[in-house]
Amino acid sequence: MLRVVYFASVREALGCDGEDHLVPETVSTIGDFIDHLCDIAPCYHSAFADRSKLRFALDAHMAKADAVLGDAAELAVFPPVTGG
Amino acid sequence: MIRGEILEAPFDLAREVGAIALAGVGAVASFSGYVRGDGGIIAIELEHYPAMTARVLTTLAEQASNRWSLSACTILHRIGRLVVGEPIVLVAVASPHRAEALEACSYLIDRLKTDAPFWKKEIGSDGRSDWVAAKLSDLDRSANWDEM
Repeated sequence: MLRVVYFASVREALGCDGEDHLVPETVSTIGDFIDHLCDIAPCYHSAFADRSKLRFALDAHMAKADAVLGDAAELAVFPPVTGG
Repeated sequence: MIRGEILEAPFDLAREVGAIALAGVGAVASFSGYVRGDGGIIAIELEHYPAMTARVLTTLAEQASNRWSLSACTILHRIGRLVVGEPIVLVAVASPHRAEALEACSYLIDRLKTDAPFWKKEIGSDGRSDWVAAKLSDLDRSANWDEM
């Protein structure tokens, strides 16, 4: 089971701040998992429409879309950061 | 002395800078950012990723301390709703000489803007609210430190 958490505009687009998902065996990377979510429900398709505006963290460390999920417990999906 | 903290309440700039300006230190440099009131903005809301932010701030402070031999480094960042004029962020560093202090301070705010998981939403006087878009110029400034 993978905990998936959302922040800022991604959280608002999905109307939820986190959920648990089973990861299919065919899914290896973050990008694969995002593709998988887009396949299972239209809400992900629209929230993740512009992949260039998505950033990720695996177990609270920044990660690229081609990073392997491995045994990570938490995936975070969010827009580019704007602090400071 | 390294301190990276997330705060809901405002910070006291003079007290924070004073706390690292210990006897014998040669130079202290600081940067503080405040909520800007342009374009009809009355407030901002700052969201963050709690499991990640404090660690990123501490890691940035450690990196700067190693690169410039700092004797102290403080990074404070607010979250929640802040009105125009309130302080958002403070970076303060102490080192023996001014060049190191100024460079480290600049490095820290540049890197914080691209590496720390905070998101700003601007609230307008007409009730509208919009997520702030990340700036390419911020990415360029942050990346430049890799080449120096």
